[in-house]
Amino acid sequence: MTPESMTRNATTTLIGAWLVLFGVLPILLLIVASFLTQDSVDMVRFSATMEAYRRLLEPAYLSVILRSLKLAAVTTLLCLLVGYPFAWWTAGLPARYRTPVLVLLMIPFWTNSLVRTYAIRIVLGTKGIVNFILQHLGIIEDPIRFMYTDLAVVLGLFYLMLPFMILPLYSAVEKLDRRLLEAARDLGAGFRTTMVRVVWPLTLPGIMAGCTLVFVPTMGLFYVANLLGGARQLLVGNLIQQQFLNARNWPLGSATSVVLILLMAVMLAAYGLLMKRLARRMGGDT
Amino acid sequence: MKWVRNLFFTSVFAYLYLPIVVLSVNAFNKSRYGLAWGGFTLDWFGAMFRNAGLMEAARHSVVVALCAATLATAIGTLTAIAFYRYRFPGRKALKGTLMVLMMTPDIVLAIALLVLFVAMGIALGFTSLLLAHVTFCIPFVVVTVSARIQGFDPYLLDAARDLGAGELKLLTRIVLPLLRPALVGGWLLSFTLSMDDVIVSSFTTGPAYDVLPLKIFSMVKVGVKPEVNALATLLVLLSLVLVAVTQLMLKERIRYATIEESDAGAAGAGPAGLPDLGGREGVRLQLDGVPARIGTGEIHR
Repeated sequence: MTPESMTRNATTTLIGAWLVLFGVLPILLLIVASFLTQDSVDMVRFSATMEAYRRLLEPAYLSVILRSLKLAAVTTLLCLLVGYPFAWWTAGLPARYRTPVLVLLMIPFWTNSLVRTYAIRIVLGTKGIVNFILQHLGIIEDPIRFMYTDLAVVLGLFYLMLPFMILPLYSAVEKLDRRLLEAARDLGAGFRTTMVRVVWPLTLPGIMAGCTLVFVPTMGLFYVANLLGGARQLLVGNLIQQQFLNARNWPLGSATSVVLILLMAVMLAAYGLLMKRLARRMGGDT
Repeated sequence: MKWVRNLFFTSVFAYLYLPIVVLSVNAFNKSRYGLAWGGFTLDWFGAMFRNAGLMEAARHSVVVALCAATLATAIGTLTAIAFYRYRFPGRKALKGTLMVLMMTPDIVLAIALLVLFVAMGIALGFTSLLLAHVTFCIPFVVVTVSARIQGFDPYLLDAARDLGAGELKLLTRIVLPLLRPALVGGWLLSFTLSMDDVIVSSFTTGPAYDVLPLKIFSMVKVGVKPEVNALATLLVLLSLVLVAVTQLMLKERIRYATIEESDAGAAGAGPAGLPDLGGREGVRLQLDGVPARIGTGEIHR
């Protein structure tokens, strides 16, 4: 064997082993655990059952999952509505302004997310700065109660997840060939037509990537719900946390996690399908 | 139309920075509650340093972050190089696993690792925490290094081998120095991810090994604590420094011997649309010169 092939084998074995041991195996164990029975001593007893999944369908848990989906969807939409113009306009900036803008975007992103969520609480609280300003300007008398509402949780989630939406969008928008837009205009397309027939399909991969990166992970951010939300603003992440740390119901917690895994798989599959369809559509045209 | 754009940018940045600015300003505020300015003080910083539990958690966080970043960078770099250099069975599967790992919601990863550690009988503490952090950092390092490796000139390796270099020399004298900015970037990114992590740490550390985000979490759950404001200010400062360092690394000038490069394509950051979450895009190497002439290349965004 040549030194090169030895290095190759050693490296790939090391990497493969690590990823299988700490990446694949845990997920498999998780899936297995979701089909086991709860045990008060050992966490799980090795008797197979669908009990965990059955309990997930109970109204108490199902409503949390559905409300969580709603919050995540609203957050994703908000991120998209703000992120797309941001990406578009940033890509249109002269080169020397683009880096500073992206750097400014990154600095909050690199700050501890717990600290940022805590900071939102200060902003939105009854003694917080939003109420402070509104009251000083005389717009309101009593402070508005923002905290412990759906709105607060969405604002917090949006605050944390916006960069995850902007980066893939920016990547897609930047790759857009501006000459295509000119060509469309030369052929007589108006703003709306250009947007719908040219820009949208070409940036769709970026949009899908951004949504994939935001939608499901948002449902796991339990600390945002803890800090900013009330009893009604539970995320799937909170459910999982409660099952594992408080209720010691590992099968149920695992089953809930599997739900998230499935959702993620669906989104990735949709992304893959979209890419294939786009490739066919654009590759086939002459 | 320009004013709409500028107004939009201002609003977004205002929204992004207002909370942390208010937080930082409040750290110097004498009054404990509310926003009324009670006078300038450094008391809260003092209280923060005197808080033994907080300082211990901070120490733990830094130690784990340093170790995790270094290990993740090492493994991640080897992985990126392996993907670039070799064709081997299971290559696609490995790549897929990395991507999936990067996109998995933290909480799923956290729980899965918890189940693994319990099943394997690994006690929850420093070791389990370190293993967990290294695992979720590796994909980010791979993406960062891969982006830079795209511009790598494979003929350099051939030339070196012709001159008699062994595998180790190839790695240490050629590959690693050229990858250095990406290595540093990946290290910094891993360090940040590790320091910031709340969710995975919640489930993979033991009661004896508290880390900073968890300590903060337990402190703020019960209400506003001015020491936390002080700590938060320091953390914001830290992130500023890290971002600045990363940006400086990207603008680095290096000198290297080059062979004429025909394709000056810009490096991507992975599959189209998926982000390089370090905030950097692919690096385009501008190569000039003919064989054996030392040229200066400028690395820029």
